[in-house]
Amino acid sequence: MFLYVLKRLAEMIPVLLVVVVATFFLAHAVPGGPFDKERPMPAEVKKQVEAYYGLDQPLHVQLGSYIGNLAHGSLGPSMKYPGWTVNQIIGERIPVSVILGSVALLIAILVGIPIGVVAASKPNTWMDRVPMGFALVGICIPSFVFGPLLALVFSLQLGWFPPCGWGTLPHLVLPALALGLITAAPLARLTRGELMEVYTLDYVRTARAKGVSPWRVRFVHALRNGILPVVTYLGPAAAALVSGSFVVESLFDIPGVGRLFVTAIVNRDVPVILGTTLLYAVALLCLNLVADLAKAALDPRTARDRR
Amino acid sequence: MSAAPVVLSAPTETGWQRFRRDRTPVFALWFLVGVAALCFSSPLLTALHLLPDYKAQDLALGPVAPGAAHWLGTDLLGRDLLARLLQGGVISISVGLIATAVALLVGVVYGVVAAEVGGRFEDLAMRAVDIISTLPLTLIVILCTVVFGQNIWMIFLAVGGVSWLTMARIVSTKTRSLKNRQFVEAAVSLGQSRTGVVLRHYLPNLSGTIAVYATLTVPGVMLLEAFVSFLGLGVKAPMTSWGMMIKEGSDVMEQCPWLLVIPSVVFALTLLSLSYLGDGLRDAFDPRTAKK
Repeated sequence: MFLYVLKRLAEMIPVLLVVVVATFFLAHAVPGGPFDKERPMPAEVKKQVEAYYGLDQPLHVQLGSYIGNLAHGSLGPSMKYPGWTVNQIIGERIPVSVILGSVALLIAILVGIPIGVVAASKPNTWMDRVPMGFALVGICIPSFVFGPLLALVFSLQLGWFPPCGWGTLPHLVLPALALGLITAAPLARLTRGELMEVYTLDYVRTARAKGVSPWRVRFVHALRNGILPVVTYLGPAAAALVSGSFVVESLFDIPGVGRLFVTAIVNRDVPVILGTTLLYAVALLCLNLVADLAKAALDPRTARDRR
Repeated sequence: MSAAPVVLSAPTETGWQRFRRDRTPVFALWFLVGVAALCFSSPLLTALHLLPDYKAQDLALGPVAPGAAHWLGTDLLGRDLLARLLQGGVISISVGLIATAVALLVGVVYGVVAAEVGGRFEDLAMRAVDIISTLPLTLIVILCTVVFGQNIWMIFLAVGGVSWLTMARIVSTKTRSLKNRQFVEAAVSLGQSRTGVVLRHYLPNLSGTIAVYATLTVPGVMLLEAFVSFLGLGVKAPMTSWGMMIKEGSDVMEQCPWLLVIPSVVFALTLLSLSYLGDGLRDAFDPRTAKK
């Protein structure tokens, strides 16, 4: 097990390298640079600035020095915010996105999976239709509609929570709900679909026959087998949540990574683009690894034959 | 476990016959076909003067609520909402169809093959999925737009590029779990070929998961299209799509609620039918549920 985790961690390095190289060339291939503005800089100044950031070097030299710095843990200086390093900019925003994302993930799991279990236990009755109806609403409502609706009702009408901003616990509620409930909806549908299959298996009937209570059968015996695709889905979904959502962060004015990434693309701030992409890649790889470990623990049959 | 009504089914009954017996999915299928037919025939309806032109503005009129002259009202520029809804449907339905097709063809095949071959090949294949899902889609779309110019095909490319990734992941996990089951072992020991195992044992057992996840992909990509268009890279005004209409409607939800509500309801009804259709297919073709 330990060796397997080490192997997977070691595998991350080449994957991350490929991601860095590909994103580097993508970011440089896109026309427009960080110093192109409506009012062009004098040519001499621009030349100086570009020399300062090493932009006058050939691409492969730039890439080499970037990877060299990366090996020392430095993501380089930002081109749009002079005097700031990318480490500082991203470091400031990581806690925000991680806190928001984790709370949203928790909401998604605690709401989505039980709804799926309940719905699958009485298929095609009101106990199935009503929760699945809600789940469907959650799938269909985009976050750019759901977010403003939440703010409208719970902030402007009821005045329970602040409509935007960041810093205190009440500020966390609405954006976490917006992200969490929208992620809960597909979880509920996946859980229901899988459990419908598992409920027909012989071992579930055996458990019932030997007198285990129906809810224990559903939540303990059946869920363990039915949750595999849900866990697989959760890997990338969790990575997307903790690395920040552009829409929700913009709506609620939250200084997170998701917004940073999109503004960096608009600004062509290459080091910030690379830094945020790398962050997302690390989150995705780590959370997929966690998901794979969880799956192996839940269902030993999925464990890879380890030679 | 469930108190499903006991339905006797003949051993020769096909999945389609079982599918047709259940009313909800059949109705959902007809609803989807109807909506698609209406949307795709909208240029013809406009040519026959049965429907206003979706891009004809009436700035003096401005936004009006649904009424006799404009059944579903007009938007901020006085354009007929029904006409725009049908035109937007063409884009959104096409996006949904492409995404589903790619998810089914590429995602399922990729996942099954990766898990069936196993070993280092599977490791490599799954890391490739990781890499592709990490690359910033926005940058790729911008780049493609620069190279090929702004056109609708960019959206289909973007949607096709991402819709198969999670499907491949889910399918490969499930296949790996099936691979070590006894009935697969039995089939192999009885001389079943690898292709045979995939076609006769893996796919039928995967069908439920595939159907449910495929119907989950569609709303996601329809909204992705709205995001790509929102960045100014996809559908160009005056053309529109359901995602864009909902986006524009959400900006004025307090002043002109119908601009948000009507597209959202059409969007939701379409997806509702789609998920009933997915569940219906799942129930009809699932080897275990079918036996009852």
